[in-house]
Amino acid sequence: MTLTQIVFLILAGLALAGAVGMVALRNLVHMVLAMVLAFVAVAGIFILLEAGFVAVVQILIYVGALAILTLFAIMLTRDIMDRRVRANAAQWPWALLVAVALFALLSAVFLRTGWPAATAEITGDQVVALGEALVGPYALPFEAASVLLLVAMIGAIVVAREARR
Amino acid sequence: MIPLSWYLVFAAALFCIGLYGVLARRHAIGLLMGVELMLNAANVNLVAFERYVVPNGLAGQLFVIFNITVAAAEAAVGLALIIAIYRSRNTVAVEEIDLLRG
Repeated sequence: MTLTQIVFLILAGLALAGAVGMVALRNLVHMVLAMVLAFVAVAGIFILLEAGFVAVVQILIYVGALAILTLFAIMLTRDIMDRRVRANAAQWPWALLVAVALFALLSAVFLRTGWPAATAEITGDQVVALGEALVGPYALPFEAASVLLLVAMIGAIVVAREARR
Repeated sequence: MIPLSWYLVFAAALFCIGLYGVLARRHAIGLLMGVELMLNAANVNLVAFERYVVPNGLAGQLFVIFNITVAAAEAAVGLALIIAIYRSRNTVAVEEIDLLRG
Protein backbone atom coordinates (compact mmCIF):
# COMPACT_ATOMS: atom_id res chain seq x y z
CA MET A 1 0.00 0.00 0.00
CA THR A 2 1.48 3.29 -1.06
CA LEU A 3 1.40 6.62 0.78
CA THR A 4 -1.19 8.04 -1.64
CA GLN A 5 -3.52 5.16 -0.93
CA ILE A 6 -3.17 5.68 2.83
CA VAL A 7 -3.93 9.41 2.40
CA PHE A 8 -6.96 8.51 0.27
CA LEU A 9 -8.26 6.09 2.90
CA ILE A 10 -7.84 8.68 5.67
CA LEU A 11 -9.64 11.37 3.63
CA ALA A 12 -12.41 9.00 2.59
CA GLY A 13 -12.85 7.87 6.20
CA LEU A 14 -13.10 11.49 7.37
CA ALA A 15 -15.62 12.33 4.63
CA LEU A 16 -17.78 9.30 5.38
CA ALA A 17 -17.58 9.99 9.13
CA GLY A 18 -18.73 13.55 8.51
CA ALA A 19 -21.53 12.34 6.24
CA VAL A 20 -22.74 9.75 8.75
CA GLY A 21 -22.61 12.38 11.47
CA MET A 22 -24.63 14.69 9.26
CA VAL A 23 -27.50 12.23 8.92
CA ALA A 24 -27.24 10.77 12.45
CA LEU A 25 -26.76 13.75 14.79
CA ARG A 26 -29.82 15.36 16.38
CA ASN A 27 -28.56 18.88 16.92
CA LEU A 28 -28.75 20.89 13.69
CA VAL A 29 -25.65 22.97 14.43
CA HIS A 30 -23.67 19.77 15.03
CA MET A 31 -25.05 18.50 11.71
CA VAL A 32 -23.65 21.53 9.91
CA LEU A 33 -20.25 21.02 11.56
CA ALA A 34 -20.23 17.36 10.46
CA MET A 35 -21.18 18.56 6.94
CA VAL A 36 -18.19 20.93 6.96
CA LEU A 37 -15.89 18.02 7.92
CA ALA A 38 -17.27 15.94 5.03
CA PHE A 39 -16.87 18.77 2.51
CA VAL A 40 -13.28 19.60 3.59
CA ALA A 41 -12.36 15.91 3.26
CA VAL A 42 -13.94 15.80 -0.23
CA ALA A 43 -11.83 18.86 -1.12
CA GLY A 44 -8.80 16.78 -0.08
CA ILE A 45 -9.99 14.00 -2.42
CA PHE A 46 -10.12 16.59 -5.24
CA ILE A 47 -6.50 17.55 -4.48
CA LEU A 48 -5.54 13.85 -4.67
CA LEU A 49 -7.19 13.82 -8.11
CA GLU A 50 -4.98 16.81 -9.08
CA ALA A 51 -7.98 19.10 -9.48
CA GLY A 52 -6.68 21.94 -7.31
CA PHE A 53 -9.03 24.61 -8.60
CA VAL A 54 -12.10 22.47 -7.93
CA ALA A 55 -10.82 21.81 -4.40
CA VAL A 56 -10.47 25.55 -3.73
CA VAL A 57 -13.94 26.21 -5.18
CA GLN A 58 -15.32 23.41 -3.01
CA ILE A 59 -13.90 25.00 0.15
CA LEU A 60 -14.98 28.52 -0.84
CA ILE A 61 -18.56 27.65 -1.81
CA TYR A 62 -19.46 24.71 0.37
CA VAL A 63 -17.47 25.36 3.53
CA GLY A 64 -17.41 29.14 3.26
CA ALA A 65 -20.80 30.12 1.91
CA LEU A 66 -23.12 27.15 2.23
CA ALA A 67 -22.30 26.29 5.86
CA ILE A 68 -22.79 29.93 6.93
CA LEU A 69 -26.05 30.15 4.95
CA THR A 70 -27.33 26.95 6.56
CA LEU A 71 -26.39 28.21 10.02
CA PHE A 72 -28.33 31.43 9.36
CA ALA A 73 -31.37 29.44 8.23
CA ILE A 74 -31.17 27.29 11.38
CA MET A 75 -31.00 30.38 13.58
CA LEU A 76 -33.98 31.98 11.78
CA THR A 77 -36.08 28.84 12.27
CA ARG A 78 -34.95 28.24 15.84
CA ASP A 79 -36.36 26.00 18.57
CA ILE A 80 -38.20 23.76 16.14
CA MET A 81 -36.14 20.69 16.74
CA ASP A 82 -35.60 20.49 20.46
CA ARG A 83 -34.78 17.26 22.23
CA ARG A 84 -38.35 16.05 22.64
CA VAL A 85 -39.04 15.98 18.90
CA ARG A 86 -38.10 13.02 16.76
CA ALA A 87 -35.30 13.77 14.29
CA ASN A 88 -36.20 11.03 11.83
CA ALA A 89 -39.40 10.46 9.92
CA ALA A 90 -41.44 7.31 10.52
CA GLN A 91 -40.16 5.70 7.31
CA TRP A 92 -36.48 5.81 8.30
CA PRO A 93 -35.95 1.98 8.35
CA TRP A 94 -37.15 1.85 4.73
CA ALA A 95 -34.86 4.76 3.86
CA LEU A 96 -31.93 2.89 5.44
CA LEU A 97 -32.84 -0.26 3.51
CA VAL A 98 -33.03 1.61 0.19
CA ALA A 99 -29.72 3.39 0.81
CA VAL A 100 -27.85 0.20 1.81
CA ALA A 101 -29.31 -1.75 -1.12
CA LEU A 102 -28.36 0.97 -3.59
CA PHE A 103 -24.83 1.09 -2.16
CA ALA A 104 -24.46 -2.70 -2.40
CA LEU A 105 -25.66 -2.65 -6.02
CA LEU A 106 -23.42 0.26 -7.04
CA SER A 107 -20.28 -1.07 -5.38
CA ALA A 108 -20.84 -4.57 -6.81
CA VAL A 109 -21.00 -3.04 -10.30
CA PHE A 110 -18.00 -0.76 -9.69
CA LEU A 111 -15.78 -3.53 -8.32
CA ARG A 112 -16.57 -5.97 -11.16
CA THR A 113 -16.06 -3.57 -14.04
CA GLY A 114 -12.59 -3.27 -15.55
CA TRP A 115 -11.69 0.42 -15.33
CA PRO A 116 -8.73 2.06 -17.07
CA ALA A 117 -5.88 1.86 -14.58
CA ALA A 118 -2.77 3.64 -15.81
CA THR A 119 -3.16 7.31 -16.62
CA ALA A 120 -1.01 9.90 -18.31
CA GLU A 121 0.55 12.69 -16.28
CA ILE A 122 -1.18 16.05 -16.15
CA THR A 123 0.75 18.45 -18.35
CA GLY A 124 0.65 22.22 -18.11
CA ASP A 125 -1.21 24.52 -15.73
CA GLN A 126 -4.81 23.37 -15.37
CA VAL A 127 -5.99 26.61 -13.74
CA VAL A 128 -4.84 28.63 -16.77
CA ALA A 129 -6.50 26.15 -19.11
CA LEU A 130 -9.73 26.25 -17.08
CA GLY A 131 -9.77 30.05 -17.15
CA GLU A 132 -9.22 30.13 -20.89
CA ALA A 133 -11.93 27.52 -21.44
CA LEU A 134 -14.44 29.51 -19.39
CA VAL A 135 -14.05 32.61 -21.58
CA GLY A 136 -13.54 30.62 -24.79
CA PRO A 137 -15.53 27.52 -25.78
CA TYR A 138 -17.52 27.49 -22.52
CA ALA A 139 -18.42 31.19 -22.49
CA LEU A 140 -22.13 30.59 -23.13
CA PRO A 141 -22.68 28.12 -20.25
CA PHE A 142 -20.59 30.45 -18.06
CA GLU A 143 -22.92 33.37 -18.81
CA ALA A 144 -25.97 31.16 -18.32
CA ALA A 145 -24.60 30.14 -14.91
CA SER A 146 -24.19 33.79 -13.92
CA VAL A 147 -27.77 34.55 -14.99
CA LEU A 148 -28.91 31.52 -12.97
CA LEU A 149 -27.08 32.80 -9.90
CA LEU A 150 -28.62 36.27 -10.30
CA VAL A 151 -32.12 34.83 -10.68
CA ALA A 152 -31.61 32.55 -7.67
CA MET A 153 -30.33 35.48 -5.58
CA ILE A 154 -33.28 37.73 -6.46
CA GLY A 155 -35.70 34.85 -6.01
CA ALA A 156 -34.28 33.99 -2.58
CA ILE A 157 -34.58 37.62 -1.46
CA VAL A 158 -38.18 37.89 -2.72
CA VAL A 159 -39.24 34.57 -1.17
CA ALA A 160 -37.58 35.12 2.21
CA ARG A 161 -38.56 38.79 2.59
CA GLU A 162 -41.19 39.55 5.17
CA ALA A 163 -44.46 40.60 3.56
CA ARG A 164 -45.27 44.26 4.17
CA ARG A 165 -48.77 44.80 5.44
CA MET B 1 -1.70 4.79 -7.79
CA ILE B 2 -5.23 4.59 -6.42
CA PRO B 3 -7.58 2.38 -8.48
CA LEU B 4 -10.50 4.26 -10.04
CA SER B 5 -12.95 1.86 -8.37
CA TRP B 6 -11.94 3.18 -4.92
CA TYR B 7 -13.13 6.65 -5.87
CA LEU B 8 -16.34 5.23 -7.34
CA VAL B 9 -17.14 3.16 -4.25
CA PHE B 10 -16.36 6.14 -2.01
CA ALA B 11 -18.67 8.38 -4.07
CA ALA B 12 -21.38 5.71 -4.01
CA ALA B 13 -21.15 5.55 -0.21
CA LEU B 14 -21.36 9.36 0.03
CA PHE B 15 -24.35 9.37 -2.35
CA CYS B 16 -26.20 6.68 -0.40
CA ILE B 17 -25.64 8.43 2.93
CA GLY B 18 -27.04 11.61 1.36
CA LEU B 19 -29.98 9.62 -0.03
CA TYR B 20 -30.69 8.23 3.43
CA GLY B 21 -30.56 11.76 4.84
CA VAL B 22 -33.06 13.00 2.24
CA LEU B 23 -35.46 10.11 2.83
CA ALA B 24 -35.23 9.85 6.61
CA ARG B 25 -34.79 13.31 8.15
CA ARG B 26 -37.79 15.26 9.37
CA HIS B 27 -36.13 18.65 9.29
CA ALA B 28 -36.29 20.42 5.92
CA ILE B 29 -32.76 21.83 6.33
CA GLY B 30 -31.48 18.29 6.95
CA LEU B 31 -33.09 17.32 3.64
CA LEU B 32 -31.29 20.11 1.79
CA MET B 33 -27.98 19.07 3.33
CA GLY B 34 -28.55 15.51 2.13
CA VAL B 35 -29.10 16.81 -1.40
CA GLU B 36 -25.82 18.74 -1.20
CA LEU B 37 -24.05 15.53 -0.14
CA MET B 38 -25.48 13.67 -3.15
CA LEU B 39 -24.35 16.45 -5.52
CA ASN B 40 -20.89 16.31 -3.97
CA ALA B 41 -20.70 12.56 -4.59
CA ALA B 42 -21.54 13.16 -8.25
CA ASN B 43 -18.78 15.80 -8.40
CA VAL B 44 -16.24 13.30 -7.05
CA ASN B 45 -17.25 10.87 -9.82
CA LEU B 46 -16.94 13.54 -12.52
CA VAL B 47 -13.44 14.58 -11.46
CA ALA B 48 -12.30 10.96 -10.98
CA PHE B 49 -13.53 9.89 -14.42
CA GLU B 50 -11.86 12.92 -16.01
CA ARG B 51 -8.55 12.20 -14.27
CA TYR B 52 -8.53 8.51 -15.25
CA VAL B 53 -10.14 8.50 -18.69
CA VAL B 54 -9.17 11.83 -20.29
CA PRO B 55 -6.32 13.11 -18.09
CA ASN B 56 -5.84 16.45 -19.83
CA GLY B 57 -9.45 17.13 -20.76
CA LEU B 58 -11.16 19.90 -18.88
CA ALA B 59 -14.81 18.96 -19.38
CA GLY B 60 -15.10 17.08 -16.09
CA GLN B 61 -13.76 19.92 -13.95
CA LEU B 62 -15.83 22.51 -15.84
CA PHE B 63 -18.92 20.37 -15.32
CA VAL B 64 -18.11 20.26 -11.58
CA ILE B 65 -17.77 24.06 -11.45
CA PHE B 66 -21.19 24.50 -13.09
CA ASN B 67 -22.57 21.81 -10.80
CA ILE B 68 -21.35 23.71 -7.74
CA THR B 69 -22.95 26.89 -9.14
CA VAL B 70 -26.30 25.13 -9.52
CA ALA B 71 -25.94 23.61 -6.03
CA ALA B 72 -25.33 27.06 -4.54
CA ALA B 73 -28.39 28.48 -6.32
CA GLU B 74 -30.46 25.51 -5.16
CA ALA B 75 -29.34 25.96 -1.55
CA ALA B 76 -30.09 29.70 -1.56
CA VAL B 77 -33.60 29.26 -2.98
CA GLY B 78 -34.27 26.18 -0.82
CA LEU B 79 -33.27 27.90 2.42
CA ALA B 80 -35.34 30.96 1.47
CA LEU B 81 -38.33 28.67 0.90
CA ILE B 82 -37.77 27.02 4.28
CA ILE B 83 -37.70 30.43 6.01
CA ALA B 84 -40.89 31.47 4.17
CA ILE B 85 -42.63 28.22 5.16
CA TYR B 86 -41.52 28.68 8.76
CA ARG B 87 -42.99 32.20 8.76
CA SER B 88 -46.38 31.10 7.48
CA ARG B 89 -46.80 27.64 9.09
CA ASN B 90 -44.44 27.87 12.08
CA THR B 91 -42.88 24.48 11.34
CA VAL B 92 -40.10 23.06 9.19
CA ALA B 93 -40.86 19.37 9.75
CA VAL B 94 -41.46 18.00 6.26
CA GLU B 95 -44.37 15.74 7.18
CA GLU B 96 -46.35 18.66 8.62
CA ILE B 97 -46.04 20.62 5.36
CA ASP B 98 -48.89 18.77 3.64
CA LEU B 99 -51.13 21.49 2.16
CA LEU B 100 -51.20 19.71 -1.18
CA ARG B 101 -52.17 16.33 0.24
CA GLY B 102 -55.51 15.19 -1.15
